[in-house]
Amino acid sequence: MTAEAVRQHRIGSEGRGIGMKFLSDISNVFVREMTPVLREPLGLVFSMVQPLLFLFLFGPLLGGAGEFGGTSAWQWFVPGVLILMCLFGPMMAGYNLLVELMGGSMERMLVTPVNRTAMLIGRTLKESLVLLVQAVLIIALALPLGFQFYPLGVLVGLALLVVLGVGLGGLSFALAILAHPSGQLFYIVTQVGLFPLMLLSGVLLPIDFGPTWLQVAAKINPIMHVADAVRALFAGTFADISIVYGTLAAFLVALLGLVVGTRTMRRGI
Amino acid sequence: MIHARGLTKRFKVKKESVEAVRGIDLDVEAGQLVAFLGPNGAGKSTTLRMLTTLLPPTSGTATVAGHDVVTDPAGVRRRIGYVGQNNSAGENFLVRDELVHQGCSYGLTRSQARRRADEVLELLDLQLLAKRKPGTLSGGQRRRLDIAMGLIHLPPLLFLDEPSTGLDPQNRANIWEHVLRLREEYGTTLFLTTHYLEEADSMAERVVIIDHGEIIADGTAEQLKSELAGDHLAVTTHDEAGTRKAAEIAARIAEQGEVTVDGTVVRLRVARANAALPAYLRSVEESGVKVATAEATRPTLDDVFLALTGRSLRESEETA
Repeated sequence: MTAEAVRQHRIGSEGRGIGMKFLSDISNVFVREMTPVLREPLGLVFSMVQPLLFLFLFGPLLGGAGEFGGTSAWQWFVPGVLILMCLFGPMMAGYNLLVELMGGSMERMLVTPVNRTAMLIGRTLKESLVLLVQAVLIIALALPLGFQFYPLGVLVGLALLVVLGVGLGGLSFALAILAHPSGQLFYIVTQVGLFPLMLLSGVLLPIDFGPTWLQVAAKINPIMHVADAVRALFAGTFADISIVYGTLAAFLVALLGLVVGTRTMRRGI
Repeated sequence: MIHARGLTKRFKVKKESVEAVRGIDLDVEAGQLVAFLGPNGAGKSTTLRMLTTLLPPTSGTATVAGHDVVTDPAGVRRRIGYVGQNNSAGENFLVRDELVHQGCSYGLTRSQARRRADEVLELLDLQLLAKRKPGTLSGGQRRRLDIAMGLIHLPPLLFLDEPSTGLDPQNRANIWEHVLRLREEYGTTLFLTTHYLEEADSMAERVVIIDHGEIIADGTAEQLKSELAGDHLAVTTHDEAGTRKAAEIAARIAEQGEVTVDGTVVRLRVARANAALPAYLRSVEESGVKVATAEATRPTLDDVFLALTGRSLRESEETA
């Protein structure tokens, strides 16, 4: 291609519709983020080591304890493992963004005409897709263990997880931007914030086992409501009030994440 | 290509307002190669970040490549290339993948971007590294990759923030070779910061010096040197009486600054040493003083900075 062709292109591309450009920006960012995953798909499995360990080394302990909330231990625990992934996946996404901010690659992208919001959405889409693939893998692995598969419930449950993941991703990106350039804030918040969120969501053991104060604390944790909703859905139940709360909580987190993420991105880095 | 008026940036640092850039006026015509020089913290990078739309100015305006950085940042971004101080390729990505992504970021189709990626890989001698991750590249190779990224869309204007910092002399020369070729082939306007004075001196046709957020000098290296620093003459006599006499004569012809005497050495500054030295030597000899040695030195840009600020640029670098 000659230099002239590129010049002509630059002039021509200016006439593109704003909507078209936005979509192609999103796809451009998404493709960039996906390429390393496709080149090394094994990395996908390695990033699942933690949830897999929980599934195989912690899950059987629950099985020994008998039934949970009226269902088998696996029925109860698999959604918890997925929620775990949903918490730690976006944290890694934020961490990756932080690394790119501290290097020069994010700055390089910010000087290109790529839309800021598209950068956020493209990255979030990739995280969601990875999350979805990993969730399907976990479910497939849990089937021989005695996990009962209710297709419709699982489908809606996964959708809920993606919605939550989008929100947490947005928050994680915003945190990475705010933590830049030292990165300290990011480490502090993820360390101090993520574990209470996880422990108070009842993914490892039922919150009902705990004292009242713990149950109250868990009630204000949106993650717990999503976990409860996903559990109900994975058990094939649709007529459960927890699903309403969980859906509300997931969308609330998603809205918060997208708004905060976009605003932080727009405010400049 | 660049027209800035009253460009100012204030930062809030611990509740105190710090003025990093104070009302810069700057005009750069198409095709120029401008070196932006100054000590660390002088406002070089902040200015560059405003001109490249990374940072909104607190006040003032700047038109870059025909578009306003505040009201039409997208128009500016489409037309400029930027090679930042840090490495611009992501660590988890392959070299060629990043180049293709960069091309697509400027609106090229994927197949166009692939072709352009191969072109810039060849242009910067990176073909063999296309399938590697940036982390496995040497410092010079990474810097060439950064420049390749900045060139993917053939910008009419390319900003480079310290393109050769941290490289050994051989790699620095190599980077410069590529930068200069770029200019020759495509007529790209180049605006770069550097703290290697020798580079600014020998490569740039125009040097802009910034200190404490203000432009304190602007011109060709030659102009700045003869107008602001002048050449140095150093003449040694055999005895101190002769030195005194030589210093008196020196005071009459020295054009700028003062005449200094150090033992039997007389030092003075003149606009043009090649013309002044023979005349001075003649006057000294005529007064009956024998001259032992005579030396004329051209000033460096550091001398220019010293003349302007009373500080050496090198010292400012070290204490900054």
